[in-house]
Amino acid sequence: MSKPNPSDRKYSKEHEWAMDNRDGTIKMGITDHAQELLTDIVFVELPAVGKKVKQMEPMAVVESVKSVSDVFSPVSGEVIEVNKELEEHPELVNQDAFGKGWMAKLKMDDPAELNNLMDAARYTEMIKEEKH
Amino acid sequence: MKKTPLHDRHIALGAKIIDFGGWAMPVQYSNVIEEHHATRMKAGLFDICHMGEIEVKGPQALQLLQWLLSRNIEGQAIGQIKLSVMTNENGGIIDDVTVYRLGEEHYVIVTNAGTKDKDYSWIETQRRVRGLSDVEVVDNSDRTGKIDLQGPLSQTILQNLASDDLAPLTYYHAEDMQVMKIPVLVSRSGYTGEDGFEIYTESRWIGEIWDKLLEVGAGFGLKPVGLGARDTLRLEAGMMLYGNDMDETITPLEVVYGWVTNLEKDFVGSSALKKLKEKGLERKLVGFEMEERGIARHGYKVFKDGTEVGVVTSGTYTPTLQKAVGLAFVPVPYSRPGTDILIQIRDHHARARIVELPFYRRRK
Repeated sequence: MSKPNPSDRKYSKEHEWAMDNRDGTIKMGITDHAQELLTDIVFVELPAVGKKVKQMEPMAVVESVKSVSDVFSPVSGEVIEVNKELEEHPELVNQDAFGKGWMAKLKMDDPAELNNLMDAARYTEMIKEEKH
Repeated sequence: MKKTPLHDRHIALGAKIIDFGGWAMPVQYSNVIEEHHATRMKAGLFDICHMGEIEVKGPQALQLLQWLLSRNIEGQAIGQIKLSVMTNENGGIIDDVTVYRLGEEHYVIVTNAGTKDKDYSWIETQRRVRGLSDVEVVDNSDRTGKIDLQGPLSQTILQNLASDDLAPLTYYHAEDMQVMKIPVLVSRSGYTGEDGFEIYTESRWIGEIWDKLLEVGAGFGLKPVGLGARDTLRLEAGMMLYGNDMDETITPLEVVYGWVTNLEKDFVGSSALKKLKEKGLERKLVGFEMEERGIARHGYKVFKDGTEVGVVTSGTYTPTLQKAVGLAFVPVPYSRPGTDILIQIRDHHARARIVELPFYRRRK
């Protein structure tokens, strides 16, 4: 069973979360549901700081023993910080996807893009439907 | 997708199911790393019912097999197993197989799952072409159930249920015995680099043995293990996977099957292989370790001095060694251990080094 999806952030249909820092930046990562599907994450490839990304385009890669998966950027903008801790400890994504397993901070091009994302209740509903 | 007799049990155990060569197979029950460690440190139980068993029996059985197999099995004793390959006229690998000699004129070829039908028609065709009428080739795959019990505690666990003392059964040997009064063929062999057994019986009885082994083994740390960990275990042990590391365009001399290829005898493909050997090989399958972060995967390109020179055939993160390793084809001049290569991972060329196989060897 995955952990509940916190209501303090928004969610993409590709299973990323974005937390609005209310200063034009967000913090992002993948959801607990996503890490559960991926299981044992052994490698996270993060973007370079300064990289420009577009909403819902690949920005990072997570690898389990068996699989390689893209992580999509929840908003358009510029990468201003990445979670270096994941280089040595990719398992943090499995252990704490909503906390210590965060991936990057982005400076948003357009905060209105957050409206394209789901709130926690709708995301929870979506993954419930996926299971059926 | 075809289902093994253990399919419902995998579902009940919560396994994630994937399509493997047309078979619905468990890729993992809990997670790959846990299942991998269980097998290396305690024991793991694998559903291998999907693999093929082709019986070859009769006065001309040895003659047919000597023509089909790259290896000379002339002196193979009853109860002994030999690893071999079957090649086509060009020396390309049709399949890698284990051959069990069960009686005076009685052999079983254990094939890969995805190649079984192809193997069977190949064997039948060669039998007819060679005019061998005094040998029977029977596909017993559907009737046969097979599970592998692998890991250092395998013998202790199986001994609880087996009619015979397992200690005298030596590596790559098989013996008829009973497990819970059910007649089985047990061999000390496997595909993980650990001590362990392959257990064969009629498919209708395999479920009972599976259940009892899991029950008895639970106290010893036995876990059911899916194809995910089977792949990391075999790769650490430097073993190849048909369809991944080799196919009909690859010869045994180019991969690690040179030692099972005897060019002194005549077999399908032997003259092509002799010619290739005289001419000299161009490429070789080697093991490599990543020297920087990143995991090389099947199909990734290998570079040397700015030029594409080869391809990765298998690659993963290995739980026991805790590093990324793999197998790749490289030109012979670059195949020596210690040679540095680059592997393209997405838009980056990552450093890797060629190393000796296997990556992992168990302590005896």
